[in-house]
Amino acid sequence: MSYFSDIYKGVKTLLTGMSVTGKYFLHSRKGAITQQYPDNRATLKMFDRFRGEVIMPHDDNNQHRCTGCQKCEIACPNGTIEIVWDRGIDEYTGKNKKKIDKFVYHLSMCTMCGLCIDACPTDAIKWGQNFENSVYDRTKLTRVLNKPGSRLAPGVEE
Amino acid sequence: MTSIINSSYFLILSTTAKESLSILEILLIALGYLTFFAVAGLFLVLLERRVAAWFQLRIGPNRVGYQGLLQTMADALKLVSKELTGTIKADKLLYNLAPYFVIITALMSLAVFPFSKQIQAFDINIGIFFLIAVSSIGVIGILLGGWASNNKFALIGAMRSGVQTISYELSVGLSLLTMILITGSLQLSEIVEVQRQGGWLILQGHIPAIIAFMVYMIAGTAETNRAPFDLVEAESELGAGFHTEYSGMKFAYFFLAEFINMFIIASIATTVFFGAWLSPFGITESIPWLGVFWFLAKAMVLVFLMMWFRWTFPRLRVDQLLTLEWKYLLPINLVNIVIMALIVWLNLTIKF
Repeated sequence: MSYFSDIYKGVKTLLTGMSVTGKYFLHSRKGAITQQYPDNRATLKMFDRFRGEVIMPHDDNNQHRCTGCQKCEIACPNGTIEIVWDRGIDEYTGKNKKKIDKFVYHLSMCTMCGLCIDACPTDAIKWGQNFENSVYDRTKLTRVLNKPGSRLAPGVEE
Repeated sequence: MTSIINSSYFLILSTTAKESLSILEILLIALGYLTFFAVAGLFLVLLERRVAAWFQLRIGPNRVGYQGLLQTMADALKLVSKELTGTIKADKLLYNLAPYFVIITALMSLAVFPFSKQIQAFDINIGIFFLIAVSSIGVIGILLGGWASNNKFALIGAMRSGVQTISYELSVGLSLLTMILITGSLQLSEIVEVQRQGGWLILQGHIPAIIAFMVYMIAGTAETNRAPFDLVEAESELGAGFHTEYSGMKFAYFFLAEFINMFIIASIATTVFFGAWLSPFGITESIPWLGVFWFLAKAMVLVFLMMWFRWTFPRLRVDQLLTLEWKYLLPINLVNIVIMALIVWLNLTIKF
């Protein structure tokens, strides 16, 4: 007699499925997830986990957290990151220390794998949400992430 | 007007013309029908895309014209201007003939529908029979197209279409036959007349009519080769199925035919189950031309139902397809006919 129960179950599950999609249909006005991009450029906010580009946050005193350890440079599978570094006297501790001169980031080579960000021991680099990266000149995709005149924030290395 | 439209563009073929119409008049009516349904087909494509978008929490095409109303017009113009490509080893004659088979059979069915009391191009006494017969000629076009393109995907798609249509044609016919038991006539105007006197057939026939309607909608969806029965053109398996090798306007014919077929299936259901141009409770019986509105409104509701099916259910396998038809729909249908016959015999139909 499973024949008739199969029919019953079949019809029931079909109706269940249709009620689910029907609810989505009715709520589509409010819940549409489509972003009409160029129109809402001013208000569009990318989600937190979006991988747009690698950025280096600086605080108000123009200080970053990069110690120049080069772990990100080693972790990068395609040579996107180049760190130009030097040694000099640290202002806070007075010791002779390694510090970055330029953190060079080639966006054109980056695959957004995120290994550099995972590798960074001091959280100096993060994901940025910017995705409008089109330029007319390819060299503009090579960026220096640390701002001019910036230095290492105190207390990062302790 | 009545007399003009009552006679049809089929008049050219038919020997029993009611009154003499000039060839020009016939051509004008035919042109009117063709234009209207070509444009209607395009708007059905747009409707499908918008409805699909809403089911998936998207917005859908809304850029070309107000709310995207001109989107499919633009698409059609693009398809017209595209190059017609084909394969070298294709069977040229059949390859070029196939799209016309599909589109012409789709348009032929439209002649018999009673859009209102006056607007019915061709009221033959075997209306339903004509519809079933003509709508299954379309599959020959699909088979020809698949075979003549000399492409294995196209051939597999076409063979699947053959299997599917031959199987489900039975259920469509039998479920309509169930309703014919009440009306006692195959003529569409007669069927509407029965419903005008005693309420819509789905109410008159109560339980067996509802079962017949469900079977009809399932089988009808299968006949139009739409999801969940779209294994004819299963994108993930066969590229595009039978129309893989077609481009430009020939592809557009297949595409348009699918949507006109969907409208036809909905229109048959409207006529046989939901009283064609009759208004609910006869609220607008004094205004006859509103019949067109009621007919199209009911047909659109059923078209929406088929779109709802499409965006809800996953595609069936071939064995599941055949199991559904031969083990479930067909036996249910046969039993249903017997029940309906008993109900009609014992006068248990509900009359208003």
